[in-house]
Amino acid sequence: MTRPSPRHALVLGGATLLLGAAVLLGTLIGPAGLTPGGVVLELVGRLPLVEVDSGFTERQQVILWEIRIPRVVLGAVVGAMLAIAGATYQGVFRNPLADPYLLGVSSGAGLGATLAIVVGGAMGSAMVPPAAFAGGMIAVLATYTLGRSVGGGRSEVVIILAGVAVAAFASAVQTFFMQRHDETLRQVYSWMLGRLTTSGWSDVQTVLPYVIVSVAVIALFRRTLDVMAVGDTEAATLGIAPARVRLVLISVATLGTAAVVSVSGLIGFVGIVIPHAVRMLIGPGHRLLLPVSLLVGATFLILADVVARTAMSPAELPIGVVTAAIGAPFFLLVLRRSRGHI
Amino acid sequence: MHHPYRRPRRPRSLLLAAPLAAVTLLVSACSGTGGDEPASADQTTAAADDPQAIVSLAPVTTEMLYAVGAGDRVVAVDERSDFPAGAPVTDLSGYTPNLEAILGYAPDLVVLTDDNGDIVAGLERSGVEVLQLPAAQTLDDTYAQLEQVGAATGHIGEAAELVSRMQVEIDEIVASVPERETPLTYFHELDDTYYTVTDATYVGEVYSLLGLTSVATGDDPYPQLSEELILEADPDLVFLADGQCCGITPEVVAERPGWDGLTAVREGRVHVVDEDLSSRWGPRIVDFMREVAAIVSAVPDAAPATPDTAGAAESQPTS
Repeated sequence: MTRPSPRHALVLGGATLLLGAAVLLGTLIGPAGLTPGGVVLELVGRLPLVEVDSGFTERQQVILWEIRIPRVVLGAVVGAMLAIAGATYQGVFRNPLADPYLLGVSSGAGLGATLAIVVGGAMGSAMVPPAAFAGGMIAVLATYTLGRSVGGGRSEVVIILAGVAVAAFASAVQTFFMQRHDETLRQVYSWMLGRLTTSGWSDVQTVLPYVIVSVAVIALFRRTLDVMAVGDTEAATLGIAPARVRLVLISVATLGTAAVVSVSGLIGFVGIVIPHAVRMLIGPGHRLLLPVSLLVGATFLILADVVARTAMSPAELPIGVVTAAIGAPFFLLVLRRSRGHI
Repeated sequence: MHHPYRRPRRPRSLLLAAPLAAVTLLVSACSGTGGDEPASADQTTAAADDPQAIVSLAPVTTEMLYAVGAGDRVVAVDERSDFPAGAPVTDLSGYTPNLEAILGYAPDLVVLTDDNGDIVAGLERSGVEVLQLPAAQTLDDTYAQLEQVGAATGHIGEAAELVSRMQVEIDEIVASVPERETPLTYFHELDDTYYTVTDATYVGEVYSLLGLTSVATGDDPYPQLSEELILEADPDLVFLADGQCCGITPEVVAERPGWDGLTAVREGRVHVVDEDLSSRWGPRIVDFMREVAAIVSAVPDAAPATPDTAGAAESQPTS
């Protein structure tokens, strides 16, 4: 398993195909009455050297190119980031329960967003992304520092517990501000349920650099994560400094998570369910686990968004509700089937 | 946008206040038997056993109390009551009401909209009269509630007169709006995540009276719309009720991807409306209707046919 084996190629190819199918589905299906045939002609018409008329009005073209496709792309980016961040956290902490929620990232980001909406006044909406980002980073740093100072030798477990404490504290402060400023409740609530609604290309452009940096750094450490899975002492004998690697990986995973969460709101269960499911299917090796989680996470969130957009049309369902509704039972199923392996 | 279950809590004296607007004049006539002539709104009809210290826990109930002439008995209003100017604003919260803090003002009547935290039971245990006025669904509910407030505070005459004055004004406003072949459509933006209203809401009814139809339909009266659907529906008018909360302006709307192609944006028919006026079901709804009626009247009758303008000679929006 040193070179990319045929099995690797097969798995990666299959996951890529699935993602492609999801992208196509997400592009074809939406609440606006764009005929799938017309959408296909539109897509084909954009190819170089092809002249086809889709028969779409200018408004329909705008809906497709400015609203629907950016939303599919944003869903893919957010889902990919949440899933690979989840896989990374789980590898770093050698704990299958590690995910952005348990480490306090999401709650910290939620507190940041709430403060922006509550204190920011008219400028609040624009301040949500940077505030959520800062909140997430502060929370995970608090979690890590607390976990290490309290935890001593058993820091992986204690860090999770510290994360729970930090998350509870951030939620309490957030609730306090929400109660004091109930006129902003709907705005905060809407963000907490997650949404990909207001997502032109600008949101994609905002998060993409962070996601690329984050994913690239995580990819660099894929072998290290395998070694660390055996144990810190073993890793140290191979010249790896576990504490330093851990800090780097937590930082970049949080960077990417906070960035996507700041535009999409809180979308739960992707970070914990997708890596689990992938591990069940292809095993725990990070060289395959990380890229496949990324692809499957993107696929999953695109499909969840299709449900969110169409299930209650013309109303929209918060995507966080969809991911939790699908993710939670699925998670239990995975746990049940993997008894003894976790 | 709370939707509290309805809980009809009417003080004994309120049996008079039939909710139908048609009965208003009758009520107005009957109330004369209650004491003074209802002819003058300036006249106070309060009797000795009427409430002497009133606490209001919601902006809309505060407005109603003052509108029926009970303002001089109001000793405290909640932190979010911002109208009329002289109301005794305190840090009382209607959303998370604190029983002890309310009792600190020694009220003999508390008027509120929602029974948050079982506050009604707590007040009643403390021997305080409570008038709960849940979110009105129609203008008739508003009239009925104003009459309830009038009856509970000893201002039956003024309340009846206020109601008939509102009805006359609303009739005039409705009559002032020109008839159209096809009704205009609107998108009423509650916040920047595209929560909106259907025709089956209070403000939706108000818009309907002015000849407008919401682009939002369905069972949920306050749905969150997909951006795709808003663009596809291409509303003739966009009302922004999120100028105060979210800093949304017509300029912000025009910059959203794809929105510059909307009829309402191209024709300059994106309007910031007062989100307090449009969300409260009190006497100032007349002011909101007047504001909207002026906007609607300004739309040329032969409004450019909405469905097919997009295809013709339009430059592709770039972004």
